Amino acid sequence: MNAPAPNPRSSSPVYARENLPVLAARVEAAFGDRLLGKEEKTQYIQFSVKAADAHDLVRFLKEEPSLGFTWFIDCCGVDYQRYPKPVPERFAVVTTLLSPALGVKAQVRAFVPAADPRLASNVDLFAGANWTEREIFDLYGIAFEGHPDLKRILMPDDYEGHPLRKDYPLRGRGERGAFPVYHAVPVALAPQDGEG
Amino acid sequence: MSFPDKINDVITTQLGFAINWARSNSMWPMPFGTACCGIEMMATFMSKYDASRFGSEVLKFSPRQSDLLIVSGRISLKMMPVLQRIWEQMPEPKWCISMGACASSGGVFDTYTLIQGVDQFIPVDAYMPGCPPRPEAFIEALMTVQAKAREGKASSQAFVSDDVSRDPSLSPLYRSPDAFMDGPRSPEAEEPASTPASLPAGGRP
Repeated sequence: MNAPAPNPRSSSPVYARENLPVLAARVEAAFGDRLLGKEEKTQYIQFSVKAADAHDLVRFLKEEPSLGFTWFIDCCGVDYQRYPKPVPERFAVVTTLLSPALGVKAQVRAFVPAADPRLASNVDLFAGANWTEREIFDLYGIAFEGHPDLKRILMPDDYEGHPLRKDYPLRGRGERGAFPVYHAVPVALAPQDGEG
Repeated sequence: MSFPDKINDVITTQLGFAINWARSNSMWPMPFGTACCGIEMMATFMSKYDASRFGSEVLKFSPRQSDLLIVSGRISLKMMPVLQRIWEQMPEPKWCISMGACASSGGVFDTYTLIQGVDQFIPVDAYMPGCPPRPEAFIEALMTVQAKAREGKASSQAFVSDDVSRDPSLSPLYRSPDAFMDGPRSPEAEEPASTPASLPAGGRP
């Protein structure tokens, strides 16, 4: 199959599905026994690794000249508690990258153990990962080592707990009642019947 | 010009009645539009529904110059201190309208992050049902507040109980984490993931 001719007027990368085997072969050659799994989707390949290997794989995808995954799309957290299929660990952090050169996407799914939810930060590779990792830290309680400013981003600073975890009660833990209450005390505005 | 001619232009009334009448017809709203109800609020102030017919056309974006707080939209956990600060800054007498389902009861957002009705924490004079309410409902609520003002009634913040800010369990709204219908669940208490025996493999009885 011939690759589609790139549109010179468009700066967006051209989707090239025939490059997916290239990506799979390169990653398997470099990370063969460190990969927990590989799943080929319609437009991308998802590589599952342990938390300790995630940063190396992201760095390899970005800095390997023949791959060139220089486009950080997104990074999100997953809580697999009560997930119907077996998974190695409870949490996962999924990083999605795009290679403008190859025209394919790659996902790195790093499984994070619940007992020690820590992971190496990707901010040194992609500055755009800063706020998404803060969001994952805020809502899932997964700490990113090496993050320059790891603090809550959505919830209040004194909030306790991580509300997107599956065992967090959907209706909260009563934190919505922790405000001073302004009571309605009816007051007479102006005396009406000669009271004053 | 003689004195008997001028006597026709004089009305006699009580000072209190005149003040209340003037107040009710010069409500200066403080818009607090945080969601789609704010769009309907804007529509109400535009020319078709024209809230200026009720003396309320002066939208003051400073709470210090307004006497009617319109809470139109969802109020989140982080927004509630802001709303209370604005309510404190408004000079008395003052009134509050809770616009729409979210401001009045939390609406469909019964989650960890959303206040289930602003009337839990600030006094509300008029509630508006709807998601979002029509401008007619807005005008109805505005006329309700006007009627309260004409009768000389307003909400005061003279009595504030802030003990709950130090200890949430003092709040009458506080519920223990164990009291919730849907959690927190422990992995040990999990129900088995297999299909119940009474159902065939397809899942449908």
